[in-house]
Amino acid sequence: MAELTAVLASTHHPFYYKATTSPEDQRPPYAADWQRKVEAYRETLTAAEPDILVMVGADHFHQLWLDNYPQFLIGKQETYDATFYNEEREFGIPKYTLAGDIELSRYMHEELLGKDFDFSVSHELKIDHSIICPIITVRPDADLPIVPIYTNIFVPPLPSPRRFFQVGRAIREIIDSFPSDKKVAAIGTGHLSLELGGPRQFGEHGPDPLFDADAIEWLSTGNIDAILDNVTHESMAGAGNATHGFMDLLLMMGIAGPGVHADYVDHLDLFHTREMYMTWYPNKNQDQREAAARAAETAQASTGPIYASDAAWDQFRGERAATAAGSET
Amino acid sequence: MSKYYVNKFLFTIDRDPEWVASYKDDPRGTVNRWEKEIGRWLNSVEQTSWLEFTAEEREALSTHDYVWLFENGAHFFLNLTLFIALFDEEYAAAHGPLAFQTEMARQLGHWTGRDYPSVAM
Repeated sequence: MAELTAVLASTHHPFYYKATTSPEDQRPPYAADWQRKVEAYRETLTAAEPDILVMVGADHFHQLWLDNYPQFLIGKQETYDATFYNEEREFGIPKYTLAGDIELSRYMHEELLGKDFDFSVSHELKIDHSIICPIITVRPDADLPIVPIYTNIFVPPLPSPRRFFQVGRAIREIIDSFPSDKKVAAIGTGHLSLELGGPRQFGEHGPDPLFDADAIEWLSTGNIDAILDNVTHESMAGAGNATHGFMDLLLMMGIAGPGVHADYVDHLDLFHTREMYMTWYPNKNQDQREAAARAAETAQASTGPIYASDAAWDQFRGERAATAAGSET
Repeated sequence: MSKYYVNKFLFTIDRDPEWVASYKDDPRGTVNRWEKEIGRWLNSVEQTSWLEFTAEEREALSTHDYVWLFENGAHFFLNLTLFIALFDEEYAAAHGPLAFQTEMARQLGHWTGRDYPSVAM
């Protein structure tokens, strides 16, 4: 059977490519720190020695559209083009051509249907930055075949958080039963609290840093009960109108499993949003353990969960307390 | 109100550089042309018979009024991306990186702390 060697859940940020490839004098002040953390994170995937990448993302109205919008969709192709004109225009992201693993796509699709997850399918899917951003950050050679899976985090009514978790559990079972000697890594991207096109966009920090603190604790400890008790479509909208991308991170936690602690956890306050980089090794070996430790030393990251009580969020707790006190007077 | 038709306008303009340029230079003329050449077309042969803008929608699109569009439930991502395409460069040149994005946030500031208009259809 195939071996699932790593599960990666991270935010995706389309500014990363330009921020880290522009001439030195044109790079934003946060670029060097960001690049150091991303390149350290990349090592956690390299240590998993994957042959195939199962990639979870969400099309941002580049191809999928309101005349026919799927809740969950899998690509089934031998080749995928990537990057749309308006992504090149806005973010400077280059075009890619990625190989597809059609055998795993076919198996995944049939097994999902067999487990009553009625996925849509595309035979002419073009990949957008929700999947190209992690290629750029963790596999920039773009040398591995992919199986792309898209979710609906954008067009209400959305599937429930519980459903995203269940889809992750199903994908895990399917990878584990895939009749192959290949090593598979699952990589999914989404968001912590995020605002796009609303009054809280591009502020000094993400729209809800204390949601981010909870989210990182829940994900890195596999605390599905806390997520299902606390996270609804409405609560995510309260944390920022584009926060529903958190559900793709939850899907990845579903692949890792309930109660499973992450083996690598990092985050970065990137003014208008918080970046997060998380890796689980389902069948952890010594090389992976050492790679995570080395990466954590480079990035000042953690080789285990990061809790909401972490000092990184003290300033925001102080601000919330001050706001609450102000509103009482 | 046809949120779908407004969103279709934003979506189909944003994905095509010629329409983006046309909408920036002549928004009213471009809305009129779009209704004839793109709006109701389902593909190159089939048309949808019942899609049309209200007068308010046509006026908002014809005046680049992204605040009205936000307040009437246009999808936030489409509303952001297309107007970045129109205004980002000139704002950045005059006021620095992300100046348009922060101006848009300021224009929508009266929605902070309130439930936003729904993008659901």
